[in-house]
Amino acid sequence: MSAMSSTNWNRRNVMKAAMGLAAAGGLAACGGNNGRGGGSGSGTALTQYFHAYGEAGTEQAIKRYAAAYKKADVSTNWITGNNFESALFAALLTKKAPDVFEFHPQLQLVKSGQVADLTDLIDPVKDDFNPNDIKSHTVDGKIYGIRMIDDPQFFYYRKSMFEKAKVEVPTTLDELIEAAAKLTTGKVKGAFLGNDFTAIQNVIIWSAGADTINEKNEIAYHTDGVVEGLKKLRQLFTSGNVLLDAPTDFWDPSSLNQGLCAMQWGGMWSMPAMQQALGDDLGIFPFPKIGSAGKQSVYNGGWSIFVNAKGKNVEAAKEYVKWLWIDQKQYQEDWATSYGFHIPPRTSIAASATKLKTGLPAEGVKLFTDYGHFDNIAYDQTMQTAFAEVISSSVRKNGNPEAALDTCDKKVNVELKKLFG
Amino acid sequence: MSTTTTRGVAQPAPATASPARPRRGLRGNPTVNFWLFTGPFLIGLAIFVFVPIFWSIWLSFFDARYTVTPSKFVGFDNYVQILTNSEFPDSLVTFTVFAAFIVPTTWALSLGLALLVNRLRFMRAFFRSVFFLPTAVSYVAAALIWKMSIFSGVRFGLMNTMLGWFGVDNIAYLANPSPPWYWLVIVTLRLWIQSGFYMILFLAALQNIPAELYEAAAIDGAKPGWQTFRHITLPQLRATSTAVILLLLIAAYQAFDEFFNIIGQKATWAQTPLMELYKTALGTSQDYGAGSAGAVVLSLLICLVTLIQGKFMGFGRGEDSK
Repeated sequence: MSAMSSTNWNRRNVMKAAMGLAAAGGLAACGGNNGRGGGSGSGTALTQYFHAYGEAGTEQAIKRYAAAYKKADVSTNWITGNNFESALFAALLTKKAPDVFEFHPQLQLVKSGQVADLTDLIDPVKDDFNPNDIKSHTVDGKIYGIRMIDDPQFFYYRKSMFEKAKVEVPTTLDELIEAAAKLTTGKVKGAFLGNDFTAIQNVIIWSAGADTINEKNEIAYHTDGVVEGLKKLRQLFTSGNVLLDAPTDFWDPSSLNQGLCAMQWGGMWSMPAMQQALGDDLGIFPFPKIGSAGKQSVYNGGWSIFVNAKGKNVEAAKEYVKWLWIDQKQYQEDWATSYGFHIPPRTSIAASATKLKTGLPAEGVKLFTDYGHFDNIAYDQTMQTAFAEVISSSVRKNGNPEAALDTCDKKVNVELKKLFG
Repeated sequence: MSTTTTRGVAQPAPATASPARPRRGLRGNPTVNFWLFTGPFLIGLAIFVFVPIFWSIWLSFFDARYTVTPSKFVGFDNYVQILTNSEFPDSLVTFTVFAAFIVPTTWALSLGLALLVNRLRFMRAFFRSVFFLPTAVSYVAAALIWKMSIFSGVRFGLMNTMLGWFGVDNIAYLANPSPPWYWLVIVTLRLWIQSGFYMILFLAALQNIPAELYEAAAIDGAKPGWQTFRHITLPQLRATSTAVILLLLIAAYQAFDEFFNIIGQKATWAQTPLMELYKTALGTSQDYGAGSAGAVVLSLLICLVTLIQGKFMGFGRGEDSK
């Protein structure tokens, strides 16, 4: 009898226990990432997608704002890893598509009817936005996204190392190459431009006096200045004076903070972490000019919020987006200045953001205003990928820049034809 | 279900099962059993294999960007684009070079390990496990270790530290493609992960070779070592070798994880066909049309290669027809 009952226990109860565990595991997995603020919302359920910001507290902040919204139950998907685009676009094709998501302005998203027209939300406060941020989200007079933050990217440098090597802040690419050589010692590399050099793929176009594509939506990057810039970057890449294959990429402050390099290309968001690690031993400068026709430049990237026009709750999503990114100014300021530093696209918030008023952050704002170039909504991801391949084949590999640009032209022209006919 | 209850009760119920459950009732009906056993599999196969295949063939003729339900028919435009205006053809070359190198190398290394482990007098189980363990590691985890700790380009990366002892400068293994150090990273990773598994296959085959063959050879005057290996061991391993080579080829075709994590998508070199298709269809350009066209081309190529291989190596043919 005892043997029988033990068999019984084995077969039934172990199975039950195992299934119970599996079910519990499944439930836990479902409940883990919904970011709900504990039953505060009512009615409609909305989902929003964010890429994982690197700064501590960002995820909690986004979920805190969402929990404060009473008219809908907003859950947050915080996408870690470096494939935010893939995760987002894959999700957009499914029934569980996010209602609200952050991304960059992309003409293709507008043309395919993926993102909703938000003109009526923005119009009342349009004058309060940086006009460039309105322009980069406008297609045929309609505004398709709300800019949350502007993120200028520039060079950070260690003042002490520059002084020790008797190097001035470079204003031309030649000076930068020379400075990198002087700053390189046994343990420290002169410069870090990201592991694959694609972080600077836009600024080398602008610094050479060219543009990505022009007003008439034609290729504008294929100039002698850009070719010269690519050749010089190749020279820098092979000089042995740049940090390569670092454990973290340009968007992370570690390479400069840990003393692996004397200057690093980075974003304004890294500034608080760098100041904390390095104190006053920190300065910034724009990407130096290339050739005689060039001028210094800064890339004004950033993130915008979009409403999924193919979602189930477009109206509720628009209402939520208006509430958070138009009405709730204290959250917008918190988001822009409490974690990493970002520049608020709203003039009124930028004016009240005390953290950006003095010292290095104020210098960052100045570089943003004086040298910044914004995204062009028509210069889409396919074109950017094509130009990234120019960097790969003519800077990291010893390819001919002219030939690489010709290959790029072919791809960009196909894309331009698809978009504009 | 309830209609079969009477029959179920009529049969002797198992001691522990409740008589109310007619578990054995359906056993007599072969048609029901057939669908019961194959049904779930067939449904899965249809949903996850056949529907996607036909869907992607359909997609390949449409302008399908940011959508999988396109409406604009474009004929063979996607095929023209993927074959003439993309890196896809280059990636096929990359893959061929990679396969031509990795398949024989892994084969030789696994066989070598198997021979060594097979000759051990003691601690055989230990070494067998040690060499097999890497198989359990995921490619992604291993790729991150290889990239960020062993072959990191900074001075404190493991390889650079070791080279530093001999006064060699830091090497950027992955950022700088000339010389192509990235192959060292990829090949060592794949060898480390794969050879243990194939070693086990060879080990099993080695233990199946009858000892009499070696005894007979020794009596006939064959020298132990190369001669016995060449004329007895190797021919006896023929079936296993063929299977291993086929499996390795398939694995090479599927190469994605470590390339994706180590090389990344921002490079123009060492992009495998699957990576190019991923970049086209699932990356930021979201061009399902062109991606599907590439997938169809790749499928046709795989069919072709399999047919040719079947013709030459005779894998899967019965013993009689050899």
